[in-house]
Amino acid sequence: MSTYQNIFTQVQVRPAEAEMGVAGSRIERSGTPTFVHWLGTFGNAQIGPLYLGYLGLLSLIFGFAAFEIIGLNMLASVNWSPIQLVRQLPWLALEPPKPQYGISIMPPLNEGGWWLMAGFFLTTSLLLWWARMYRRARELGLGSHTAWAFASAIWLYLVLGFIRPLLMGHFSEGVPFGIFPHLDWTAAFSIRYGNLFYNPFHMLSIAFLYGSALLFAMHGATILAVGRYGGERELEQILDRGTAAERAALFWRWTMGFNATMESIHRWAWWFAVLVPFTGGIGILLTGTVVDNWYLWGVHHGIAPAYPQLWPPVIDPAAASGAAQ
Amino acid sequence: MKLAATFLGVVVAVLLTIAMIFTAGWSHPPIVGQQNGYRGTAMVQITTPSAEARLKAANALPDPVEKASASGDRAVDVYKNVQVLTDLSADQFNRVMSSITQWVAPQQGCAYCHNVENMADDSLYTKKAARRMLQMTRHINTDWKAHVAETGVVCFTCHRGNPVPAFVWYDNPGFPHAGGFTATNDGMGHPNSVNGSTGLPQDPFAPLLEEAGTIRVQATEALPKGTGASIQSTEQTYSLMIAISNALGVNCTFCHNTREFGQWPESTPERVIAWHGIQMVRELNDKYLDPLKDVLPANRLGPLGDAPKASCATCHQGAAKPLLGVSLAKDFPELGGSSQ
Repeated sequence: MSTYQNIFTQVQVRPAEAEMGVAGSRIERSGTPTFVHWLGTFGNAQIGPLYLGYLGLLSLIFGFAAFEIIGLNMLASVNWSPIQLVRQLPWLALEPPKPQYGISIMPPLNEGGWWLMAGFFLTTSLLLWWARMYRRARELGLGSHTAWAFASAIWLYLVLGFIRPLLMGHFSEGVPFGIFPHLDWTAAFSIRYGNLFYNPFHMLSIAFLYGSALLFAMHGATILAVGRYGGERELEQILDRGTAAERAALFWRWTMGFNATMESIHRWAWWFAVLVPFTGGIGILLTGTVVDNWYLWGVHHGIAPAYPQLWPPVIDPAAASGAAQ
Repeated sequence: MKLAATFLGVVVAVLLTIAMIFTAGWSHPPIVGQQNGYRGTAMVQITTPSAEARLKAANALPDPVEKASASGDRAVDVYKNVQVLTDLSADQFNRVMSSITQWVAPQQGCAYCHNVENMADDSLYTKKAARRMLQMTRHINTDWKAHVAETGVVCFTCHRGNPVPAFVWYDNPGFPHAGGFTATNDGMGHPNSVNGSTGLPQDPFAPLLEEAGTIRVQATEALPKGTGASIQSTEQTYSLMIAISNALGVNCTFCHNTREFGQWPESTPERVIAWHGIQMVRELNDKYLDPLKDVLPANRLGPLGDAPKASCATCHQGAAKPLLGVSLAKDFPELGGSSQ
C-alpha cells in the first residue's frame, strides 16, 4: 500500500476525468485542464481551468506595469547591459525619493518618481488581487478567511511603503525595490531607530512567526501521525470525532497537558499567521513616529539590561572637544 | 521523459552544489575567537590561523636603517632647496632620503623624485608630492597622537614599497548608468570592494571622509524630536562603517556593542581612537591629499580628476593596528616620531 512518507508521494492525485468544480452560472472558468505528472508527486496533478475575471486581469496588468517600471529602471542602472542585469540583479535597486522631496507626489522621475509610480501600480495590483480573492471565496460559498489573512500582509506592506512614510512626512522613509536593497534598508532602518529588537511589537511579530512555524510542524506531524486512522479527513473528524481525533488529542494532553481540537487548531494557526504582519505593521508604524530610539525606550522601561563595565567609561570625544561630528 | 527530467534535475543540483562550494569564500577552520566584551553581548573578534599568517606576511617589516646623529653639519647648509627637513643634520637628511627610496620607490631609486643631474631641482611632480607628504607625516606624528599615539607613522606605513599606496581611493562616478530620466538611486545598488559587496552607496568615502557629512544617524533620545537623520544618510554611514571594518580586519563589535551602535557608554575604548582617526583622515584629505590634484599628472588622478585620497585602509591594510602595531616611527625622530 502506498503511503505518504515525505512531501513526495507515489500516489498520484489525478482524477480519471478532469474535475470541473462546482457548477454555477457565475463560476465561469477558462482553459482546458491538463495533467502534469511531476505536480502530481506533491499535489494535485491537474492544472486549471482557472478563473481570471476582470479583477484578476486588471491585477495582472497593474502588477506587470510595476514589474516593468522596476525592471527597466534596474536595466537602466546598468546602462542597458543584459549581462550586467543578470550579474548584479540581486543588488539592483529602485530607490525611493530623496529626503528633500518630502511627501511630494511629483518628485523628478530619476529621483524617486519611478519608485512612487511603481508603488502605486503594485499597490493597486495587490488590492485588486485581494478583492478577487474575497469574491472568489464568496462565489464558492466559502468564508473570507484567506482574504483577511492576505489583508494582514497587505497592511504591513502599506505601513512600510505608504502609511508610515506619510506620517513621517517623507517618502524617502519607504522601502526600496530590490532583493538586497530592501534587506540593506531593513538593517539600516533598525540601526537608525536604535535597534528594532527592543520594539515590543517586533517581539510579538517574531513570537507569532516562530509560533506559526511551530504550530504548522505540530499540526502537520499530528495529522500525518493519525493518518492511519483516517485523521487526514479533518473535516469529518471535526464534525464526527473519531479515534484519530481522540488519539491526537490524547497525545498532546499526555505530552503537554493541553490539546487543541480538530477545529480550533486551524484557528490557532490562522491567528498566529495573521498576527505576524499585523503586529509587525504596528511596530513599524510606531518607529520614528512615536519612538525614535527603541534601545533608549527599552532602557527607560527596564527591558534593556545594563552590562558591567569592562573598561574605564567611554566618553563621546565630540562632546569632550565640542566638535559636532 | 520522466528519466530525462530526473537526469536534468540531478545535473542542475550538482552544478548548484559545485557553485555553492567554490564561490562561498569559506574560511578553513579552526576559527579562532577572542572575546572583547561582556559575556552574552556577542562581542568577539574572529580569525583563522591562515588569515593570521597572511596578515603577518603582508606586514613584513623593511630592513632597519642605521640611526644618524642629530649633530654635525646641517642639511640646509650642505644641500640646496631644503624646505621641510630644515631642522635635520646632513646625516639625518641622508637617512631620510635613503629610507624614502627603500619605502616608496625601491625599484625606481632616487631618480623617481630627483633630477639626478641636479638634486635640488623641483621639476619632477613626484618631488613636490613627496615634500608635501613629509610635511603630512610630521603633522600626523606630532599633532594626531590621539589616533597614532606613540606608534606614529612613516612613509612605509602606507606605501609598503609602492610609489602610490595600494589602498587609496578616488571619487567614484558609480557604475555606468543610462542617465536621462531613469532612476539614479542615490548611487546605491551596485556591489564593489569597498562597500562590502552590498547594495549600499557605492562610494562610502567622499561624503564622509572628504566632506564632513554627519556620520551619526541614531536618535539620542527615546522619543522623536523633529526630523532626524534619513534612511539614506544611515545607509551612507553603514557603507563607511563596512569599509572601516574591512580596512581594520575586525567586525562591528571591535568598537561597538551592536545592541545600540550609537551609544558611547556601550562602546569599547577603540571607538574613541577610531573617531580621532576619522577626524584625522578628513583633515589629511582636505589639507594634504586632495590639493595634490594640482601637482599630480593626469594619469595619477581618479576618473573625476581628483587626487588619490586616504581612508582607514590606506594605513591599516587589513590590520587593526598598522604593521601589526610595530612602531617604525620611534626610530625616526626625523619624521616627527617620538623616540621614547
